[in-house]
Amino acid sequence: MIGRARLVSILTPLIGVVCFLFIWYFAVAVRLVDPVLLPTPNVVLANVWSGLTGGKIGSDLLKTIQRVFMAIALASCIGIPTGVLLGASERLYRSLEFVIDFFRSTPTSAVFPLFLVIFGVDDRTKVYIGTFGATLAIIFNSAYGVMNARKTRVLAARIMGASRLHILLVVLLESLPQTFIGLRTGVSISLVSVIVAEMFFGSKDGIGQRVFESVQLFDMPQMYAAIFCSGILGYGLNLSLSLTERRFVHWSGR
Amino acid sequence: MAISARTALIEPGGLPRKFVAPSAFKRPHITVRGLHKTFGTNTVYNGFDLDIPRGKFISIFGPNGCGKSTLINLMAGLLPLDGGEILFDGEKVSDVRIGYVFQNYREALFPWMRARDNIAYPLKFLKIGRQEQKRKVDALVERLGIRIDLNKYPYEMSGGQQQLVSILRALVIDPEVLFLDEPFSALDYEMTLFMREQLQRIFQEIGATTLIVSHDLEEAVYLADMILLLTRAPSQVADFVDFGSPRPRTDATLADPAYVQVKAHCLDVFQREVRK
Repeated sequence: MIGRARLVSILTPLIGVVCFLFIWYFAVAVRLVDPVLLPTPNVVLANVWSGLTGGKIGSDLLKTIQRVFMAIALASCIGIPTGVLLGASERLYRSLEFVIDFFRSTPTSAVFPLFLVIFGVDDRTKVYIGTFGATLAIIFNSAYGVMNARKTRVLAARIMGASRLHILLVVLLESLPQTFIGLRTGVSISLVSVIVAEMFFGSKDGIGQRVFESVQLFDMPQMYAAIFCSGILGYGLNLSLSLTERRFVHWSGR
Repeated sequence: MAISARTALIEPGGLPRKFVAPSAFKRPHITVRGLHKTFGTNTVYNGFDLDIPRGKFISIFGPNGCGKSTLINLMAGLLPLDGGEILFDGEKVSDVRIGYVFQNYREALFPWMRARDNIAYPLKFLKIGRQEQKRKVDALVERLGIRIDLNKYPYEMSGGQQQLVSILRALVIDPEVLFLDEPFSALDYEMTLFMREQLQRIFQEIGATTLIVSHDLEEAVYLADMILLLTRAPSQVADFVDFGSPRPRTDATLADPAYVQVKAHCLDVFQREVRK
C-alpha cells in the first residue's frame, strides 16, 4: 500500500513532463510549428529507440561517454592533487588565484582552435578539450575545500596526537564535499566541450557529430533523438555523481 | 622548596599558624608562571601566575574578551605562549595526557566516522590494537552509564548527544587533565541542564583535574570546586573562590545559602571588574 502523501510526492515531478509533452503535441497538431521542423514526440521517441537498438546513435553515445570519462579521469588526476597542494598553502593559492580564476572564466570554446593547432585533428584532441575546462573547475574547488577545512577539526586531531599524515587525511576528507562540487561542474563543462568538439573537429563519431550530421541531412527526427540522448547522458552523469556522493560523502551538507 | 613552604606555616610551638585545608598541602597540579600572550595589539596576558590544585573542578569566569578560552588553549598547547611557562607536575603539556572538549561539537567531531570511531580516534595514536580500542570505548560508556547508539553518525544525533560523544572522546585516553571550552553554550536550556548532570557524574567518576570555561555564572558555581575569576585584559586573577558544597549537587544546591553566597560574591567581583 502506498500512502496518499507518498503517491502525491511521486506523481508531482511527472506533472511537468506531462505538460511538456502535451504542449509539444498540441503545437504540432494545430500547426503552430512546421511538422517538418518539429516532429511529434512519438516520432522522436521511435527514433531514439531505433537509434539506440540498431542505429548509429547508440555507438555515438558510447563514444561520447568514453571521451567524457577519459576527460574527467584526466582532469581529476591533474586537478585534485594540484588543488590540494594549492589549498594547503594559502599564500601559494593567493598568488595563483587570479590566473586560475581568469582561465576558469575564459569560455572553453574560445580556446578550441588553439587546441586544434597544438594537438591536430586527432581523436585525443576532443578529450583534451574536455579536460581543460574541467581541470580548472576541479582545481578551484579542491583548493577551496582544503582551505576551508574546519580549523577546529584539524586542531582536534592535533590535540589528540594525530600525525601529519592523519591530519592530512582529516583535511582531505573535510574537503571531499567541495571536491564533489568541482567534479560535478567539471563533468558539465567537459560534456559541453566534448560535444561541441565532436560537431566541428572533423569527427566521424560521437553524439555531437550525430546531431550535426542529422541537421545537414535534414533528418530532423534523428536530430531530436540525438539531442534527447545527449540530455539523457548529461542527466545520467549528474545523477550518478549525486548518488556516488551520497554514498561516499554521506555527511555532505549535514 | 615544597617542604620549607610547608614548615613555614607551622609555628615553633608546632601549632598551625592558621587553619589550612589539607588539600593545600598538596603540590599544585598545574603551575602557570609569568604567562605572556598578545594577539596583534591586544595583550591578553602580561605576567600571569596561577596554581591549579590536582583533581579539582575549576570553573573559569570573567568579562568578555578577558582570555578565558585563551587560557585553557594555552594550557592545552593549542596556542603558543609568547612568554612564561605552564607546567603539569613540572612537565610540558606534550608529556601529559589531556582531553579537550570544543565549544562547537559540530566542527569538532568527524562526520565521516560513527560515534564509536570518533570516541576511539585518540587511541589510534597510543598504539592500541583494534580489539583493545573497542574494549576501552565499551568500558568507558558502561562505566559512565551513558545510553547512546554508538553506531550512529554525528549528524544523526542531537546536539547534546554529539557533545557527549566529544566528551567521551576526550575521556577515552584516561586524561590527567580535562579542558572544556564552553561545552554547553550551543545547546538549548533543557539539554544544558541534562549535560551539567552528566558532566558532574563524569567528574565524580573520573576525578581528573577539570577546567571548564563558562559564560554562565550559575553553571560555573554549581559545577565547581573552585571558581577562577579573571579581570579584563591584560588578565589577572580577580579572585579564586572555593565552593565546597558536597556532591552530588542537585537542584537543592541552588537554594543552599552557601551556594547563593558564593554566587553573589562572584557576581560582585565580576561586576567590579566589568565596571573598571
